[in-house]
Amino acid sequence: MDKRIYLDNSATTPVAAEVLAAMTPYFCEAYGNASSLHASGRVARQAIEEGRAEIAAALGVSPSEIVFTSGATEANNLAIIGIAFAHRDKGHVITSKIEHHAVLHACQWLEGRGYEVTTLDVDATGQIDLEQLKDAIREDTLLVSIMAGNNEIGTLQPIEEISTICRERGVAFHTDAVQAYGKIQLPTDSIDLLAVSAHKLHGPKGVGFLMVRKAVALTPLLHGGGHEGGRRSGTENTPGIVGLAAASSLAFKEMEETTARMRRFKRRLIAAINAIPGTRLNGHETDSLPHIVNVSFQGIEGESLVMKLDEHGIETSTGSACSSPTLEPSHVLLAIGVPISMAHGSLRISTGRQTTEQDVDTFLDILPRVVEELRAISPFKVGE
Amino acid sequence: MKVYTEKVIEHFRHPHNMGKLRDYSAVGKVGNIICGDVMWLYIKVDKDPKGRDIISDISWETFGCTAAIATSSMISEIAKGKTLKEAIAITNKNVADELDGLPPIKMHCSALAADALNEAIYEYLTQNQQEIPDALKRRHERIAKEMASLEERYQAFFTKGQVANEAKSVSREEYTPD
Repeated sequence: MDKRIYLDNSATTPVAAEVLAAMTPYFCEAYGNASSLHASGRVARQAIEEGRAEIAAALGVSPSEIVFTSGATEANNLAIIGIAFAHRDKGHVITSKIEHHAVLHACQWLEGRGYEVTTLDVDATGQIDLEQLKDAIREDTLLVSIMAGNNEIGTLQPIEEISTICRERGVAFHTDAVQAYGKIQLPTDSIDLLAVSAHKLHGPKGVGFLMVRKAVALTPLLHGGGHEGGRRSGTENTPGIVGLAAASSLAFKEMEETTARMRRFKRRLIAAINAIPGTRLNGHETDSLPHIVNVSFQGIEGESLVMKLDEHGIETSTGSACSSPTLEPSHVLLAIGVPISMAHGSLRISTGRQTTEQDVDTFLDILPRVVEELRAISPFKVGE
Repeated sequence: MKVYTEKVIEHFRHPHNMGKLRDYSAVGKVGNIICGDVMWLYIKVDKDPKGRDIISDISWETFGCTAAIATSSMISEIAKGKTLKEAIAITNKNVADELDGLPPIKMHCSALAADALNEAIYEYLTQNQQEIPDALKRRHERIAKEMASLEERYQAFFTKGQVANEAKSVSREEYTPD
């Protein structure tokens, strides 16, 4: 494969060399089961507990409050379904319209089992209305689940304010922090449950964690040997956990430098794309993750745009209906009121720690040409 | 999830007969921007030496995905030079087969291309007060009905007035290939 310019880091990221190096010994050499009593087992246990302590320290919580999972989908499901099932007298859950499907579908699944779900609206930038949240909280509300930063448009929620409201009303607060973790500082003091995935931060796929504060009771989803303090059975994925911890440490160590670079790229991308006629920025201009830019182009369809860019070695993604298995445009873009034709023409560009100025230059050189090419064959022309 | 054939990719990268004919006899317009696929197919009809109506030139403008663009290109290649009678017989299966197949979820794109050709021929025959074959007429009625029900369905789904209005007001300029 020729050199690819990978601008789809919200989908997944390459494993960092440092992370791979940290993981490698735990495949063929230190392969022990962390539950075993012998030396091999103890080595694995130690690696896992060191990783747990590293992550806990980064979040300012106690190591026992970190539960390793197979990724963020499991972590989100464990948070939402786990807390609901710990309260079998049923109850009420609050979430928002722009959550990841791992949260939305878990909530819908509960809805089919007698729980009630309120799905909060978002404004044109993707932020929830705090007054609407306050009004939605009831006597029987078990959980508020609002993501920290959106995976499609990058919009950040007022997490601090949300957590204060939840605390005051005595409701547990869960946040899907998959995109935000390692990119912004999170007020973990006031968050009860927080889900993270390794592969979004230059770690391996198939591993993540749920931060669960001590006061929160959860019913496990997986039953077996009682691993992870009985909250998640299954032999620990030692290399994965070591990789997750290494990726997390790397992200926090480099956070200032990496996100400053990402913000610079983002400003350049937005300015250059704004100069193309018939475009719009989707999401919040300032309260936004540093690595995600979402834009729409009038008169062209997103899947074609992704394929054209791919032809030039540039990898991006779209919220277009044609790229989804349901042939419906992204629920996030529709929720923030992007006109449907513009939702079809959306493009998500997401940078990573490996993204260079040169990558951005090349992308910005090719993008206007590709847009022009697709507009030339479209029946809808952009009025100047 | 979906894999495009080499031929689909080839037609997408280098589409044939794209743009708008300078001097066309009829145009078939199908699809709806709300659904994410719109295809306008232009045909120029002339007499061949035997006096039969043939599609002497053809072009298209498409808003849509990779498959929509590739099927536009392919149907224009298949129909070019055919008599109207032969062109009427072109089906969406012909288009998909010539592209070595389409992912199941994208089969509707080939239907859109066949429908656009149908509508262009229907418009040509109507304008020239020629007899319209039953099969063509039936397909025209089916297409008109589908377009109406789609619009209805989506207007109901997206209750916000701006969506419906915006779909209608997308500006349109004449495009003339050099």
